[in-house]
Amino acid sequence: MADQNNTVKSDAGGIPGATIQLLTFVLDDEIYGADINQIQEVLEYRRVTRVPRTPDYLLGVINLRGQVLPVVDLRHLFEMHRADMTVNTCIVIVEVSVDGENVALGILADAVREVIELPVSDINPPPRIGSRIDTKFISGMGKYHDEFIVILNLSKVMGDEDLGDVYEAVSATKDMADTVPASE
Amino acid sequence: MIDPVETFKTEAREHLVNLEGALLELEEVQEDRELIDTAFRSMHTIKGAAGMFGYQDLTDFTHHLETALDKVRNGEMEISKELIGILLDAKDTIEESLATPAFDTHLKIVTTRIISRLYELIPEGVASQKSGEQLPEKTQINGSDVYRVRIKPSSTTYQLGLDIIPILRELNSLGTCHVTTCVDELEGTDDYDPQLSYLYWDIILQSKQPAPSIADVFMFVEDDWQIAVDPIDLTDGDEQSDKLGELLVSRRIINRSQLDAILSQKAVIGSQMAQQGLATESAINAALTEQRVVRSLKQSSSGQDATIRVPSSRLDTLMNLVGELVIVQARLNQFAFNNDSEELLSIAEELDVLTTQMRDQTFSIRMVPIGSTFGKFKRLVRDLSNELDKRIQLETYGAETELDKMVIDKLSDPLIHLIRNSIDHGIESQTERTASGKSETGTIVLSAEHSDSFVVIRIKDDGAGLNSTKIKQRAVEKQLIDPQEVLDDEAVHHLIFEPGFSTSETVSDISGRGVGMDVVRRSIQELGGTISIATQPNKGTEFTIRLPMTLAIIEGLMVKVGGESYVLPLSAVEECIELSHPNVGSHTRKRIVEVRGEQIPFLYLREWFDIRGEPPSIEQIVITHVGQEQFGFCVDEVVGQYQTVIKRLGKLYEGATGFSGATILGDGSVAMILDPSALMDAVGENQRRTKRSLTISH
Repeated sequence: MADQNNTVKSDAGGIPGATIQLLTFVLDDEIYGADINQIQEVLEYRRVTRVPRTPDYLLGVINLRGQVLPVVDLRHLFEMHRADMTVNTCIVIVEVSVDGENVALGILADAVREVIELPVSDINPPPRIGSRIDTKFISGMGKYHDEFIVILNLSKVMGDEDLGDVYEAVSATKDMADTVPASE
Repeated sequence: MIDPVETFKTEAREHLVNLEGALLELEEVQEDRELIDTAFRSMHTIKGAAGMFGYQDLTDFTHHLETALDKVRNGEMEISKELIGILLDAKDTIEESLATPAFDTHLKIVTTRIISRLYELIPEGVASQKSGEQLPEKTQINGSDVYRVRIKPSSTTYQLGLDIIPILRELNSLGTCHVTTCVDELEGTDDYDPQLSYLYWDIILQSKQPAPSIADVFMFVEDDWQIAVDPIDLTDGDEQSDKLGELLVSRRIINRSQLDAILSQKAVIGSQMAQQGLATESAINAALTEQRVVRSLKQSSSGQDATIRVPSSRLDTLMNLVGELVIVQARLNQFAFNNDSEELLSIAEELDVLTTQMRDQTFSIRMVPIGSTFGKFKRLVRDLSNELDKRIQLETYGAETELDKMVIDKLSDPLIHLIRNSIDHGIESQTERTASGKSETGTIVLSAEHSDSFVVIRIKDDGAGLNSTKIKQRAVEKQLIDPQEVLDDEAVHHLIFEPGFSTSETVSDISGRGVGMDVVRRSIQELGGTISIATQPNKGTEFTIRLPMTLAIIEGLMVKVGGESYVLPLSAVEECIELSHPNVGSHTRKRIVEVRGEQIPFLYLREWFDIRGEPPSIEQIVITHVGQEQFGFCVDEVVGQYQTVIKRLGKLYEGATGFSGATILGDGSVAMILDPSALMDAVGENQRRTKRSLTISH
């Protein structure tokens, strides 16, 4: 766990007074932050084409100027309730490194807030308990204008090995669920 | 900019391919001057280039090989099967060693072994030095054993990482060198940039080598550096001294101050160099004519087909842009059609013609002849047949057939596997062959040809053929089929493509890699192709691979299922029929529809894709074929033909089965491209799994 806790701090080189810039967005009434360097752009929500027979956290694909990009529903991944799309719903295009390969993808956010600058010294390691999402996805906790910000480690989220397993499990159980009762 | 070291590696690999090709041919014909020269030159170039880029170990290693080839060239040594074997091993080792500049322990051991094997073959173990001493007498008669070489590196040479030392070292290995370093064009210290080179070198080289092989030393720098190699005619040296100054001035590159430098350098070299000093003068005399001859020779050899080396990433970008263009074109066509404007329509049509031409041109850039991979297969057949003590010859046809570079790269492994299989399982041993009345030497035919918009590759052997009983037995063992299941021969033969099926009973170096025919089939399918088998007992087996010519843009058939658009590759589509009885079959995945008396299974896509809601009253079935098999897909609506630009789905969707990619529609939305054969497999797999789980639960 120690290596993940340090991610944000070491990025800034440990210089006193160093700051990091985060894009903050809302997921289920909580504020999350992602390193601005990983953000490509923010899009208004647009129709996502479903890819059948894939895990639910993968919403589908969109066309971004000729590129086909997957869109991930973090709400689903973090086991939050599903929410309806609103005017504020956005797709944040991020570029993360998954298994050494740079992958661009969209993540669905309830709303995008702003870009903030936080001193590295103000970032605390993720709490061991009390966090809604798995701490392995969190780089650290920041505080800005009396609000807590969960700083996500996006590469960790997307490169998580467990996701691969989820993948197989999902398609397998789906098949079972669909076919077994029918033939009984 | 491309990294010069990468360029070196790429070119070295090309030279290795040439070397291998020449060696394999030499093995057959034994004596062919041109082939020997090709082999020698490849080796020589690799050696020279390796030195340039700091691959010192490789330079030393290749030096020995070059020496051996040189002896063959000079008729001091004979080409033997053994020598070719050693050289082929050496070629593999060189290829392996390109990864790092210095040899690791493994490579050191391997190279030492190769060199010692080599020296066992070289008569009397003559070392290169000794021959260098023996030969001057002979070459002095030719009158061209002394050369004047001037090397002037480009001023940015150190920034490019090209050092002069390896060149000088190599020149030294050709004979006796006398090197003078000169400073050029440095006016004052104010302008001095420590990163630039202001030096040039004058070298008097005494060597038995002909001029072109000295020029070879500069193979990798000749474009950027000023290089001059001039043979010196010693016989009339004395008389020419009076013309020296005149000549020097008349040569464009030399000015007065440089002339002074040359004159002073002569003094430095001193009395022991008197002979060479004279030679210098005459060298200048001969320079103009000789230089012109060498240059024109060089130009005529390199100017045959002017090519540009372009990184394939740029081609990919170009390809993507053309893809975009095709999509926009589709939108424009749509818009023009809806707007009913004569003028707009004609513009759209004209642009359409241009777009199509541009698309075709871009494709053709990526096309390379498949023959470039044939050498590898020849080698494979040679090595394996030796190992298994079988006599096999490989015949290749259609080497000029062109395929997308990417397809060729990805095709290599499956083809190797199929050829391995033919050698290992197909062709029988010599005794077995004689017993069944065949010639002792087995033949594998590898052919490629165009057929419509496909490329057909065939691998055919005249071996024993597939053994249906054995395959069936094996399939039952592996629980791939029911023992009671009745299958015709073709179905049995197709079992070898099933995952988990491997006919090899013993794990061998040849086919025991854990890679089965299922992997071969999958790789072919990933390329959008199909593979089929035809076999006859005791006559042989033939694998036929059909591949689309490109992977980037295909003709598709657009369909709709539950409000979403999907595209089926048109090449696989046979016909579309209306589904008359929506409730055919029970609640199983695989259903049957009868078309002109034939029963064709089909997949109900709404169900497979888990789409809720009412289906339309009339549904359509698109009948596709995968190889010989027919398979239908039930969809809501057939929209029509659509030119489809294939986009990769990317890392996150690697696990999604049944799709070969996505495409972008005229309105900017995304549609998935269905992969009929993968879907068919997935359905089959699914049924087996269900069946198994049912057996368990009972």
